[in-house]
Amino acid sequence: MNKKIISDFPQIKSDYIYFDTAATSLKPKPVIEAVNMYNETLSANIHRGMYFNSVKTTELYEEARGVVAKFINAKEEEIVFTRGTTSSINLVASSYGLANLKPGDEIIVSEQEHHSQFLPWQNVAKKTGAILKFVELNFEGKITIEMFKKVLSDKTKVVALNYVSNVLGYINDIKEITKLTHQKNAVIVVDAAQAIQHIKVDVLDLDVDFLAFSGHKMLGPTGVGILYGKSQHLDILEPMEFGGDMNEDVEKTESTWKKYPLKFEAGTMPIAEVIGLKEAISYLNNLGLENIHSYSMNLYQHLQNEINKIDGITVYNPNSDTGILTYNIDGVPAHDAITYYAEKNIALRSGQHCAKLIHDFLNIHSSLRVTVYFYNTKEEVDRFIEVTKEAIKYFKSVGF
Amino acid sequence: MTNLDNLYREIIMEHYKNPRNKGLLDDPKYTKIRIKNPSCGDDITVQTLVEDGIIKDCRQEATGCSISVASASVLTEIMINKPVDEAIRLAENFLNMVSNKEYDETLDLEEAEVFGGVKQFPARIKCASIAWVAFKDTLGKE
Ligand SMILES: Cc1ncc(COP(=O)(O)O)c(C=O)c1O
Repeated sequence: MNKKIISDFPQIKSDYIYFDTAATSLKPKPVIEAVNMYNETLSANIHRGMYFNSVKTTELYEEARGVVAKFINAKEEEIVFTRGTTSSINLVASSYGLANLKPGDEIIVSEQEHHSQFLPWQNVAKKTGAILKFVELNFEGKITIEMFKKVLSDKTKVVALNYVSNVLGYINDIKEITKLTHQKNAVIVVDAAQAIQHIKVDVLDLDVDFLAFSGHKMLGPTGVGILYGKSQHLDILEPMEFGGDMNEDVEKTESTWKKYPLKFEAGTMPIAEVIGLKEAISYLNNLGLENIHSYSMNLYQHLQNEINKIDGITVYNPNSDTGILTYNIDGVPAHDAITYYAEKNIALRSGQHCAKLIHDFLNIHSSLRVTVYFYNTKEEVDRFIEVTKEAIKYFKSVGF
Repeated sequence: MTNLDNLYREIIMEHYKNPRNKGLLDDPKYTKIRIKNPSCGDDITVQTLVEDGIIKDCRQEATGCSISVASASVLTEIMINKPVDEAIRLAENFLNMVSNKEYDETLDLEEAEVFGGVKQFPARIKCASIAWVAFKDTLGKE
């Protein structure tokens, strides 16, 4: 990618390397400007006022819904704005899960899941008496169709899996998994938080029932996320939040709700952020997801090749499908190692990355995670490799 | 790397590699508190035995980074045979020191002084603190 792209990201500084896109992506100027534009010139609420600024704001907000819908090949009314992936999945779990699951029903999850996909379903299982079933991962930590078939049964009612693992970076075969899920008349809820910024997500083609992602991991602002749901589901799903704007008729004893998606958008929504998200999607579209992905993968390949040459490193996902590389410096707890990188102004993630179960699977307490994305460069990777070598030396010298 | 050297002091590394009073006892007279730090994987348990207002024994079991493991080890060494009220004062003073708050520099923190460098690393304050928070909690449970 070129210099122009780098200059679109005011967060990028020459003495700072940002390798933590899986936690949150950087935000380009058009996104920042759109958020500022709303705050500076509009600052009105939506669906309410009859004055110009409110009408204009409503237009932009609803336009954004259309842009999101087009981006994932959904219908506009199937796009619900939320606070993020976490609240999208919680909405499905609390609404669909609690209403439909009975004792003995089965929910399929995996040890790859981020806590925002795992914990809501663990909670549903506790409350309904449903049983959590884990797809057994293969030696690399991958979900295979073969293993998925082994846990799928007539008792399966919900399949809750991630599209891309935020620790191992594998892309799961959601299309095939969905086909199998539907043969059992179960629904599939997909966590696409780490997929949406890398690969084309086509909900029609995938045929998934629900799909969740966050704006802030795809160049957009924090505080806004998306829940996609098939019309037939959104239609019968009960809202979980009640309040302004989601209602139709309100009476002392009984009230009615708007049609989806608005019945799920109670109260004042993150309007500036939704408007910013629209620009993030335009930005991704302009670059092209395929270009973004192939650039990221080239960089990842370079990173992988170089890190493999270093003695004293364990990489946990040598066959990542995205820009995510997870590793440890042998003999050095991740939390110690990360301090070295931080001192060198390199931003990585250390810890369990909100995915404890995959660390149990790998039999480690914590790990270091690098994510490379289209705004990262080969020079940054080379610098990172140098610093990693220095770190190994340093930790040896102090006695690790 | 002058900054990092303030963190990885020899005494800290020594305790990390040879933690003192390690291993828990299955004795109901002891009070036990376990704290996990879900973000980094630290898992620290501290156990105390108090008799006549004196900490007769203090034990620990810690997995995690060097700072959290060493801090649990140093804690146990310092606390054994201290009166409970003094122990609490020391623990609070330690916690204030590592989190860059005002603390009483005249109180003798003994070997735990080596954790003074932690305050330059806000991301590591929690690592140094966990065992001491758990320790205070064991006394609160009396
Ligand atoms: C795979 C995955 N799922 C869910 C989430 C949660 O996203 P958010 O914190 O935006 O709700 C994340 C991000 O941390 C993630 O990586």
